[in-house]
Amino acid sequence: MSKAWRRKIISAIAEGFCAIAVLLALIPLAMILFYVVKQGFTSLNWAFFTQMPKPVGEAGGGMANAIVGTLILIAIAALLAVPIGCICGIHLAEYPTSKFSSIVRFAADVLNGVPSIVVGMFAYIIAVLPVKRFSAFAGGLALAVLMLPTVVRTTEELLRLVPAGLREGALALGATRTSAVFTVIVPAALPGILTGVLVALARVAGETAPLLFTAFGNRFWSISLRQPIASLTQQVYLYANSAYDDWHRQAWAGAFLLVMIILTLSIIARLSVRRLERMNRP
Amino acid sequence: MRRSADDRVFRITTGMFAAIVLLLVIGIGFELWRQSMLSIDKFGFRFWTGRVWDPVSGEFGALPFIWGTLYSSFLALLLSTPIALGIAIYISELSPGMLRQPLAYLTELLAAIPSIVYGLWGVFVLTPIVRKLELLLPESLRRTPFFSGPPLGVGMGMAAIILSIMVIPFTSSVAREILKNVPIAQREAAYALGATRWEAIKVAIGFGKTGIIGAIMLGLGRALGETMAVTMVIGNNPQISPSLYAPQYTMAAVIANEFTEAADDLYLHALIEIGLLLFIITIFVNFISRFFIWTTKQRMERPA
Repeated sequence: MSKAWRRKIISAIAEGFCAIAVLLALIPLAMILFYVVKQGFTSLNWAFFTQMPKPVGEAGGGMANAIVGTLILIAIAALLAVPIGCICGIHLAEYPTSKFSSIVRFAADVLNGVPSIVVGMFAYIIAVLPVKRFSAFAGGLALAVLMLPTVVRTTEELLRLVPAGLREGALALGATRTSAVFTVIVPAALPGILTGVLVALARVAGETAPLLFTAFGNRFWSISLRQPIASLTQQVYLYANSAYDDWHRQAWAGAFLLVMIILTLSIIARLSVRRLERMNRP
Repeated sequence: MRRSADDRVFRITTGMFAAIVLLLVIGIGFELWRQSMLSIDKFGFRFWTGRVWDPVSGEFGALPFIWGTLYSSFLALLLSTPIALGIAIYISELSPGMLRQPLAYLTELLAAIPSIVYGLWGVFVLTPIVRKLELLLPESLRRTPFFSGPPLGVGMGMAAIILSIMVIPFTSSVAREILKNVPIAQREAAYALGATRWEAIKVAIGFGKTGIIGAIMLGLGRALGETMAVTMVIGNNPQISPSLYAPQYTMAAVIANEFTEAADDLYLHALIEIGLLLFIITIFVNFISRFFIWTTKQRMERPA
């Protein structure tokens, strides 16, 4: 066999391996989605949304408290993380080259890489330990820390997409920096920033580890910020580890709901980013 | 004059919000250190080398957990790296233009699925499959230390498989971006010398080597801290074994399982010290990863 042929065959084999690698990653994705839909969708019923969990071992009941709990937790997270994250992102976009900005940018990346369970520990130390009580607030705080880096970086990136002409126009008309930023530049990027916030919220809605010892979980109805609160993810964890078929069924239903929320939000985000890109094209 | 005053106020006010992010990172490290003092003072270096974890008698050695975290992450990278790089190469170099966006989106979807869903799927769907595969393994291999013990399904091998699936999207998306940014002249030069397509791709990989190592380390950072899915499938048994069949334990898993049970302060501090080590390791890994990716991007932006 000539050398040229051998090189061509090696090339073909390597290219084939790359195609197989894509399939190898898509198989688990397809399997997960298939099982979540198959086991989860059939387990969804009206009771799942409206009823409370039944006592251990008893069939039936739902996750009404956990669904509301997750909503409350991500609302707390958003209230804490969005203002701080957006203003931080504005600072980074306005002073992109300052030394302070690069340190903060680096800190945001570091924060993004901190394992969620460690963030949970931090929230435990500052919000649970001093008052000796697990609480919805502590859980929301942990989620806020987790979503903060995403909000910071999306805000910065989107503000940088705003055409320089807009800013120059505002400044030429005599606007101060504050009014140029808040009345012209931020509104131009707002749809994109909101999308980024939605994606970040979807991600933290799927977190379990940081809630284990902050929000702690609650079998009963509670919407108080100072009490332990249930969440979808923790309920799925609890039910998955149980020995009851009906609880397994509900765990799948919870997983289905979580995946649907996350997929819907990420598809909306994707579509609106595409629209933004089209708008920015001259 | 009014304008420059406004400028200054704007800069300082927004800067204070930006400083919160910085303070958070420092605060996490400081609080974890402060709340693990009891354990640090009592055990010192022995904490990292001790193999006994006995909350009842107050003896805490974290080596089995450190081993479990490092070994499972190492195995996961062994599985995920070729696949993630294959995906990155396929999407950036080989796939028809029409498929590029959808494939990138689908592979990144793996990163959007919550850890708990991976765990649920792992426990109820993958574990029975893995157990069957473990039973099929030839007896001669079963006698090696890597496959010793009863085939339970759950254990180190199972955890490595789940972890590898979870880190693929992180590695592949960064590697893809780096390949995309390799100057076109690199490949053209290779083709001009008569290279095959694969040889040209190898040139591109060589050019972005540092960044691709950074992409792999980014995946490593994820694997080290991954909690829920691993906790559900690794078997939670603190032992140090090379066997993929053996149920073992990780740092994140022991925190998840025992934190709310920690009745006395020493126990709590010992668990927080594990968290502190996890924090330090992941920061270190992420730091190197970001640095590699950053230097590669800098090099690519410079005109060749």
